[in-house]
Amino acid sequence: MSTQIEKEKSEEAAEESEAETEAGPQERRMSEKRARTEARERRRQQREQVRETEETVTLKVFRYDPEVEGKEEPRFDEFLVPFHKGMTVLDALIYARDHYDSSLTFRHSCRQAVCGSDALFVNGQQRLGCKTQLADLDDPVRVEPLPHQDVVKDLVVDMEHFYEQMHAVEPYFQPDDLPDGELEEQRQSPENRERIKMSTRCIWCGACMSSCNIAAGDNQYLGPAAINMAYRFAMDEREGENRKEARMRIVEQEHGVWRCQTQFSCTEVCPKDIPLTEHIQELKREAVKSNLKFW
Amino acid sequence: MSQTYDRGTVEDFGRWREFRAGMWAWIFHKFTGWVLVGYLFTHIAVLSTATASDPTVYTNTLQGLEELLIVRILEVGLLAVAVFHILNGVRLLFVDLGMGLENQDKSFYASLVVTAAIVVASVPTFLAGV
Repeated sequence: MSTQIEKEKSEEAAEESEAETEAGPQERRMSEKRARTEARERRRQQREQVRETEETVTLKVFRYDPEVEGKEEPRFDEFLVPFHKGMTVLDALIYARDHYDSSLTFRHSCRQAVCGSDALFVNGQQRLGCKTQLADLDDPVRVEPLPHQDVVKDLVVDMEHFYEQMHAVEPYFQPDDLPDGELEEQRQSPENRERIKMSTRCIWCGACMSSCNIAAGDNQYLGPAAINMAYRFAMDEREGENRKEARMRIVEQEHGVWRCQTQFSCTEVCPKDIPLTEHIQELKREAVKSNLKFW
Repeated sequence: MSQTYDRGTVEDFGRWREFRAGMWAWIFHKFTGWVLVGYLFTHIAVLSTATASDPTVYTNTLQGLEELLIVRILEVGLLAVAVFHILNGVRLLFVDLGMGLENQDKSFYASLVVTAAIVVASVPTFLAGV
């Protein structure tokens, strides 16, 4: 059906053009004028379309400053930020800080999801500000500091506890025997590398710890990131036996792996897509294997 | 750590708007677990009083309960709770074994659908009465 109609139309157009070429100068001028008005109309429509897509995004940002009187009560500030294609939450925050309020405080550094400084609570979920496209979010975009951590100022949270937990699993190698020769390398098989590859991608942003509601209720719980760090070393074949045993003792204690109730929150929010729950489960099995003896 | 603002527990929980499948599964599992514990105690209480004397008391008690429409509706709810708890329990077993972790959300939805199907199919039987 539709193809037939199109064919008819094109035939009509062809007839028209034929008639025009045969017509005199008056008709030619008229047709040129018509073409010009049509082109002008088209350009105007295009401009309108551009103006329509040039929208602004409303940022609702959590503000709190304990050191300034009158800002001690937490509140939300609204910023209207002009949107451009490919704009991230971090870009919008930087725009708001540079153009509207220079006191707006947030951590950021590399802007390419490597440094792990700008984990934020955006529209009800932990996300990395530099990795989250504004186009994917509903307006208004609500930006808050990470939950379950103390707020120092605006979007800056106190990460001290998170770092303490990360160090609690003693994240360093202690091989049983070093290779001979001063410059000899400690080699790892490609299979083993594949096994721990994902766990090495952690950028210490703290999004998982913040999303875990077990970690929220139990401050001593190591948290997904720290357990993942333990996994990274425990599963590495170059790690020494003694060291591994000592680390497993830390991991399998009361506030270690057994606190995990497999809610998968950490796995869902991890900006580096680390299968955190899988790693925790694997360490649980490891702990059972080393403790369960039938003889 | 100098002065920091603690946002408190209420705000912490209320601001969550994007719960994912795994979290819902956990919440439902806890909820159904507590419902089942509550039912177990009522069950024991009712049966222990009903079976105290002669068998007619037992029959009368159960028939009296089954005559009430609310009890029959509650029974449908109990079935729903039990079936979901069983299915999600199986799902958690697989999670603990480390099998199909990347499909954990799908298995949760599957357990919801199966629960719904079984419950809907059971409605005529339960509501028909004694």
